[in-house]
Amino acid sequence: MTHAVKPLPPVELPPLRQIGKPLRRVDAMGKAVGQTVFAGDYTMPNMLHGKVFRSSEPSARIKRLDATKARELPGVVCILTAADLPDAKLTTDMPGQTGQKRRAGTDAPVLASDRVRYVGEPIALVAAETLDIAERALELIDIEYEMLAGVFDPLEAMRPGAPVVHEPDNIVAHWKIRKGDIEAGFARADRIVQNTFRSQFVDHAYLEPESGVAWVDDQSVINIRVSTQVVEHFRSIARAVGVPHNRIRVRGTMAGGRFGGKEDITVEIYLALLAKHTGRPVRLVYTREESIQAHSKRHPVIITHRTGVKEDGRITAAEIEAVADAGAYPYLSTYVALYIAVQGCGPYRVDNVSVDSKAVATNNPFTSAMRGFGAPQACLVYEQHMDEIAKALGMDPFELRRANYIRTGESISTGQVIESAAWLEETATRALAALGEKTPDRGPVKVGQGFASYLKSYGRIMWFHDTSHAWVGVEQDGTVVVRCGVPDLGGGNVNSLCQIAAEVLGVPLQEVTVHSTDSAVTPLAGTTTATRQLYMSGNAVFQAATAVRDVLLDRACKYFEEPPEALDLSESKVFVKNDPSQSLPLSDLVKMCASEGLQLSNLALFAAPFTDPLDPESGQGRIFPDFTFGAHAAEVAVDTETGEITLLKSVACHDVGRAINPASVVGQIVGGSAMGIGQALMEDIRVERGIIRAPSLSEYLIPTSKDLPMTKTIILESGTGLGPFGAKGIGEPALTPAAPAVANAVADAIGARIYDLPLTPEKVLAAVDRVDGES
Amino acid sequence: MEAKVVSFTVNGRGHVVALAPNLTLLRALRDLGYTDIKNGCEKGDCGACAVLLDGKAVNSCLVLAWQAEGAQIVTDAGLGTMDVPHPIQEAFADSGAVQCGYCTPGMIISAKALLDRNLDPTDEEICEAMAGNLCRCTGYTQVVEAVHMAAQKMQEASDDTRR
Repeated sequence: MTHAVKPLPPVELPPLRQIGKPLRRVDAMGKAVGQTVFAGDYTMPNMLHGKVFRSSEPSARIKRLDATKARELPGVVCILTAADLPDAKLTTDMPGQTGQKRRAGTDAPVLASDRVRYVGEPIALVAAETLDIAERALELIDIEYEMLAGVFDPLEAMRPGAPVVHEPDNIVAHWKIRKGDIEAGFARADRIVQNTFRSQFVDHAYLEPESGVAWVDDQSVINIRVSTQVVEHFRSIARAVGVPHNRIRVRGTMAGGRFGGKEDITVEIYLALLAKHTGRPVRLVYTREESIQAHSKRHPVIITHRTGVKEDGRITAAEIEAVADAGAYPYLSTYVALYIAVQGCGPYRVDNVSVDSKAVATNNPFTSAMRGFGAPQACLVYEQHMDEIAKALGMDPFELRRANYIRTGESISTGQVIESAAWLEETATRALAALGEKTPDRGPVKVGQGFASYLKSYGRIMWFHDTSHAWVGVEQDGTVVVRCGVPDLGGGNVNSLCQIAAEVLGVPLQEVTVHSTDSAVTPLAGTTTATRQLYMSGNAVFQAATAVRDVLLDRACKYFEEPPEALDLSESKVFVKNDPSQSLPLSDLVKMCASEGLQLSNLALFAAPFTDPLDPESGQGRIFPDFTFGAHAAEVAVDTETGEITLLKSVACHDVGRAINPASVVGQIVGGSAMGIGQALMEDIRVERGIIRAPSLSEYLIPTSKDLPMTKTIILESGTGLGPFGAKGIGEPALTPAAPAVANAVADAIGARIYDLPLTPEKVLAAVDRVDGES
Repeated sequence: MEAKVVSFTVNGRGHVVALAPNLTLLRALRDLGYTDIKNGCEKGDCGACAVLLDGKAVNSCLVLAWQAEGAQIVTDAGLGTMDVPHPIQEAFADSGAVQCGYCTPGMIISAKALLDRNLDPTDEEICEAMAGNLCRCTGYTQVVEAVHMAAQKMQEASDDTRR
């Protein structure tokens, strides 16, 4: 069915010179010619090689651990076990800010001492003269386990009598939302629709495995070059290693992809410990198999929606129960469960709500942050459920959504009012229009179309009191320097900062250099997570650059004898706006300021608005600074004889507020879509009794260039975001609706719903058989 | 088995080195400082370590260093520099095909091998040629655009030399 494309309201965006242009990113050429040095590329004089000895058992007591033979191997320099680092915990506080909360006693130890809770849990560290020797030393470590009962299913883990992973019980987090009167809402409904969906373990599968090198310098500072999303982990590392905060320096590098998998500490503490204990530089680089075993996964979820609707499609009540498998240690599961709760109702107006969202410990690989942080799992469920409601009502899926889409000024389930543009109809109708007419079926090959709408927060939970710092300065030749601790994961964060500084100070982008990601010398900018860096550090750079611009224009006023509003900066010149022939090179103006002792740099702090935590019983309150809205539409061909699914068309339409660099925005959207499509169609880490059955990239399949159609991207700019120039975040939002759009297209093609991901040929054939059996 | 002296040329620079029999070309080249060759899996699954071995694109993790005796090896860094990039490198940088950059050197090697034999590839031919290079950031759309852009630039350059 075709739907009229909703016209956009008039938006006036101020004309800009650098912003909104698809300029070549400042980091692009270095990467293209192989000049960029990644964490695992560094070598140091006299360097040792590290390895980690890991548990082979999902649930066991360590009866005996003996590293004598390994220590005696020539070339082995150091072996550390839990006995060498009493009480060291691998805490994963989202660092540097307040308001964190995890259940006491559930933090992972840096090295397991008497108990292991998952396969791959670190037990000992080795440093040796060569990698070969370090690998051989692992084989010489003697360990004896006493097997303990394990629990591998989160529903089982909640039952009385289940093996307990962490005392007193396995429910490590439970969030509630209660709004309105749920019983009255159901009583008013003409119909109640209930569905349960499940999703799988997903791996980040960044191309660069975890890696780093550490050394102790002449001030006894332990320097760690590492691929990380969080340089502020230096505090947790210091605590675990037992040194003051100012004796750890994290020098983050350009990342070979992170997607949340390098948000928790990976190799940093091991490197710091080995460097401290040996006094020599140490390098530690995971193999692909170790990477898959050692880092977190996306939470598998089991989510049930029970929804009351009127015949005209209006939702009267929504009851949601969500269970996320936290694995052996919670890490960030507490907050992933919160994201699932808060974003569980999707972009829909629901007055009567009851949500229970739990994170449950098991002896599976641990789960934590991955692009979207629970919001994609929530979307996967609410958007498939919406299609099922539409089917039950005999309604068009878009019309059902349109009857319920939230609007600016209305509130989500926590009572938070949406203040920015909520362009849901605008994005959905454009995505559907671009998808076009359905390709005809061909014999057993059935074609289906589907779409999904979403809302996704950008910026961190407000009670964490988020901040970012940035420094901007002008050199005497008129070039610009940005210093900001932001780790660039590959999405173009540092380039965006440069484009913002270039815009404000009126210089071409190539006149700006950026220094980032060093916990000791670049101002701390917080984590590159939660789609927060453009919003937070973008605003910090904007503030700092604006302060410098004010100094420059103030001095230029005296020179031209004009008020500041009559002047502008562009092309590295200051000029009089209504007579551009009156101009002065920026370098001359800078020298003028410098000779008079004026400050030509500024360190800015941007603080996000701060609120109290949600009410623990009702879950009511404001929780996120703002949300991004959009839609993804897909067309698939399903071979009903083989079960094979081919993605024919893929269209994404998002309101990004303002596109700072449209080429980067397209990159985020297409790349995010690909990751969502991978989860829908093929990705599955396959955990059986705690053991990963897809431990390599030949078993854990991610999309290749042959699996994806060219994704069409439609960028809308409402200009209403909280970021610089009205930008919203797009990193995580880009991924959020892709998987449910594909799942809805498959259900449309075969006329049946598959309730668990990924949509493998086996499940497709079973669903087709089910339909055939019914008819 | 003992180490053997092997000689090969990398990006035009000659090397004579004693290498262990079990050493892969990937590790040997990275040890020699060619860190633009990336290690993503060491199993031939990801393509990040691709190099041109006597003009043919190979995953250097699947080649033993001994097998490179007498070979001419070209890595991404051997194709161009920051100041004088190869048209493929320039096209990748300009089209948004570079995000984290870890797969990029291998991608550019595969693109080079493709364009050396076909200067006017279709989308399908590009996707086929790049199918061994995993990328987790881009979703490949801009990579395909970059290869088209590079093909056009290289065609124009070869037309210019013919004139």
